[in-house]
Amino acid sequence: MNAHAEHAGHHVVPVSTYLIIFAALIAGTLLTVGAAYYDIDFQVLGYTVPLNTTVALLIAGTKAALVVLFFMHVKYSSRLIWVFAAAGFLWLIILFTLTLADYQSRAW
Amino acid sequence: MTEHGTASAVAHQFDDLEQQREAGSLGMWLFLITEIMFFGGMFTAYAVYRYAYYNAFIEGSSHLNVPLGAANTVVLIVSSLTMALAVHAAQRGKKKAMVAWLALTIVLGGAFLGVKVVEYKDKYDHGLIPGALWNPKHEGGVAPPAEMQLFFSLYFAMTGMHALHMVIGIGIMLALMRMALRGRFSPEYYAPVEVSGLYWHFVDIVWIFLFPLLYLIGLHVVKGHG
Repeated sequence: MNAHAEHAGHHVVPVSTYLIIFAALIAGTLLTVGAAYYDIDFQVLGYTVPLNTTVALLIAGTKAALVVLFFMHVKYSSRLIWVFAAAGFLWLIILFTLTLADYQSRAW
Repeated sequence: MTEHGTASAVAHQFDDLEQQREAGSLGMWLFLITEIMFFGGMFTAYAVYRYAYYNAFIEGSSHLNVPLGAANTVVLIVSSLTMALAVHAAQRGKKKAMVAWLALTIVLGGAFLGVKVVEYKDKYDHGLIPGALWNPKHEGGVAPPAEMQLFFSLYFAMTGMHALHMVIGIGIMLALMRMALRGRFSPEYYAPVEVSGLYWHFVDIVWIFLFPLLYLIGLHVVKGHG
């Protein structure tokens, strides 16, 4: 890490880290395309739970987390920035949860 | 330390460079939060209508070109890498490298938009634009469900809004390149590059979710029972 670029504790992420994260993102993309072609079902207690969408969202969520933590430097940032980033996604979850709870509990 | 074109890298209202840098990042994150909720609203609409009209959504999705969508996903991921490398170059004071990485980011963004144009034209040619122009081919003599228009409304609204954000992002990158070429950045002051990077990565994240939800739904259904 270059000492001259470290001003007031601001971290310079090494290029090798970026390349590893990039490789992971590409792998995730290939994985999500490949997985889409298979019936991913979870058998439990006689029920078949379809998991394709869940798997797709988990992969996308992991890719997003990698971008946020490393490309957007949140992993190397202050707690305050971490709170701002987390707050955005928290309120998004609230939006999804309450809206879907409404619609999916309707008979019409 | 050498200053380029500015009296001091620290504006008068800040105690020091670190506080100024943090304030800038927080400001951009605040804006990104509003963007998360903005796109979040459309994702919610998608969730509601997909839940209600799953088969129409699968049929709609089957009209989208998966290789093109996947290629675009890769293009954006590479552009996020080049953007991160541009910020990295700015942190190290490497002007030429920063300009080169920014230029590459712009080219990749342009490539993404070019593919979108091709896709949109294909939808137009196949009568898949909802509303007055809706005229899809009848598969085996049967008209596709009317609810398929909902899928395409969301497709155009969400990818269209995303594309608009890409265009704005490219404009921002061009402005950054201009500033960089004029020597406005240094290892002490590169905040505009950093916060623009945050914006660009966010637009990438939106597409990371758009791609599987629009292009990849029902692929296992169609293949398994086709």
